[in-house]
Amino acid sequence: MEAMLEPVAQFFGPTWPLVWTLVKIVAILIPLMTCVAYMTYAERKVIGAMQVRKGPNVVGPLGLLQPIADALKLLFKEVIVPSGANKGLYIIGPILALAPSLAAWSVVPFGDGLVLADVNAGLLFLLAIISLEIYGVIIAGWASNSKYAFIGAMRASAQMVSYEVSMGFALICVLMISASLNLTDIVTSQGSGRFHDMGLGFLSWNWLPLLPMFVVYLVSGIAETNRAPFDVVEGEAEVVAGHMVEYSGMAFALFFLAEYANMILVSILTSILFLGGWLSPVGFLPDGFHWLALKTAAILFVFLWVRATFPRFRYDQVMRLGWKVFIPVTLIWVVVVAVWMISPLSIWR
Amino acid sequence: MDFKTFVFYVFSAILVFAALRVITSRNPVHAVLHLVLAFFTAGGIWLLLQAEFLAIVLVMTYVGAVMVLFLFVVMMLDINLDRLREGFWSYLPVGALVGILLVVEMAIVLGGRYFGLDAMPNPPAATEGYSNTRELGLVLYTEYVYPFELASLVLLVAMIAAVTLTLRKRKGLKYISASEQVAVKREGRIEVVKMPAEKE
Repeated sequence: MEAMLEPVAQFFGPTWPLVWTLVKIVAILIPLMTCVAYMTYAERKVIGAMQVRKGPNVVGPLGLLQPIADALKLLFKEVIVPSGANKGLYIIGPILALAPSLAAWSVVPFGDGLVLADVNAGLLFLLAIISLEIYGVIIAGWASNSKYAFIGAMRASAQMVSYEVSMGFALICVLMISASLNLTDIVTSQGSGRFHDMGLGFLSWNWLPLLPMFVVYLVSGIAETNRAPFDVVEGEAEVVAGHMVEYSGMAFALFFLAEYANMILVSILTSILFLGGWLSPVGFLPDGFHWLALKTAAILFVFLWVRATFPRFRYDQVMRLGWKVFIPVTLIWVVVVAVWMISPLSIWR
Repeated sequence: MDFKTFVFYVFSAILVFAALRVITSRNPVHAVLHLVLAFFTAGGIWLLLQAEFLAIVLVMTYVGAVMVLFLFVVMMLDINLDRLREGFWSYLPVGALVGILLVVEMAIVLGGRYFGLDAMPNPPAATEGYSNTRELGLVLYTEYVYPFELASLVLLVAMIAAVTLTLRKRKGLKYISASEQVAVKREGRIEVVKMPAEKE
């Protein structure tokens, strides 16, 4: 690989690192965008199956071209700017919603060493980037100059700030037991232990000792991405579509892309932090990227399953779950894990 | 000028511009958003100084949490700009005095020898495997553990004070506790009544 790239590197000269990084970014983003597009298809098919419907089945074989048709439709639609809107911010809103959810992928490892930026403080970087996602929603809600959009934005900011806290505590537990903020190290630290030596790697992963944190992280992840049953931000019956109500065409599509990219991000992070990333569940099968993809797909399916199963939470119930249930549970579990780690019963030495 | 210096100047220019817009923009929401930009760029400059932990924490706490709540409040305020500008000229002397004092104080500190290049030599280059986060954590929880715990206690007291100040118990709320809601059984809500069909 290195030898093959040598002549190309010489052609670009000093700009080669920049070009090579751009190539890598494209190599991450194009599959990601394809996944996002087909995530919408999978969602409609899965929910359709759960509600005994067919889902999209007209455009292309099995309806497989439906996402492309949707994207083309949205591309050709006019972007309408409301007359009372704050123009600059109205345009910046959807961009700010999408940008962090793409930037977060720069530190996500897809295999041992297969990562765009192998930074030391990767987990911290992810937390910071995820916390930036609120701005797109708030700015869009405010700049639209519409009451529904504004209420949606207020709800979104309150909800995302609340669930970030419990998400952060869950991550603190993970980084305590792996003694690292680097995502690659977190995965490799899950590949050792008593069960791993017995060939039952899946029992050595973080999900088992941190089971409450795993659940809290997954539920907070659903709340953080504003997915059902926590989608009070865009609850049709109350605030129409929340912050997106005034958007049309590509500007609306950007919000959509951001939501699905976030979903995939939360799923891949859950696989990396709690389900051993690319590690194989049993000793006799080799590790590899396919395991990460499989785990991520399974969690994405849970996202869709939850959406098809549960009715939307009432707004005060969302807040109660975040502040009165998750934060106390995570606070206590951080202490429990800390005591467990220094006690003779520790399994992480 | 190497690439790093170039990046530093770009970030500094954005930072100064954003900071200026915070105090000059007429729309308070724009001012807050420029403050967000200023924080973010300051984080970038800290990254250039290889203080990645501080940079990311700055973005996480200030941009990700504090400024969101700030924006939340500012957006909901009904600010009448004309009324705000009413007393501009009468407050100008006081404001100018405070401003000049601040400039003089900063000039004394920054212009003196304390902040010169010779007083602040370059720190030794980071060794292999050096982790900013680890070093900071070690110092915080060993050498400075008492100041650190005291600071967190002060913050906790401030937080409880803020909550108690704004807490009010309203009467006549139709509040149902969630555990009661969950404990509801079918028998408590539905009664199946058997009655014979009525004829005319």
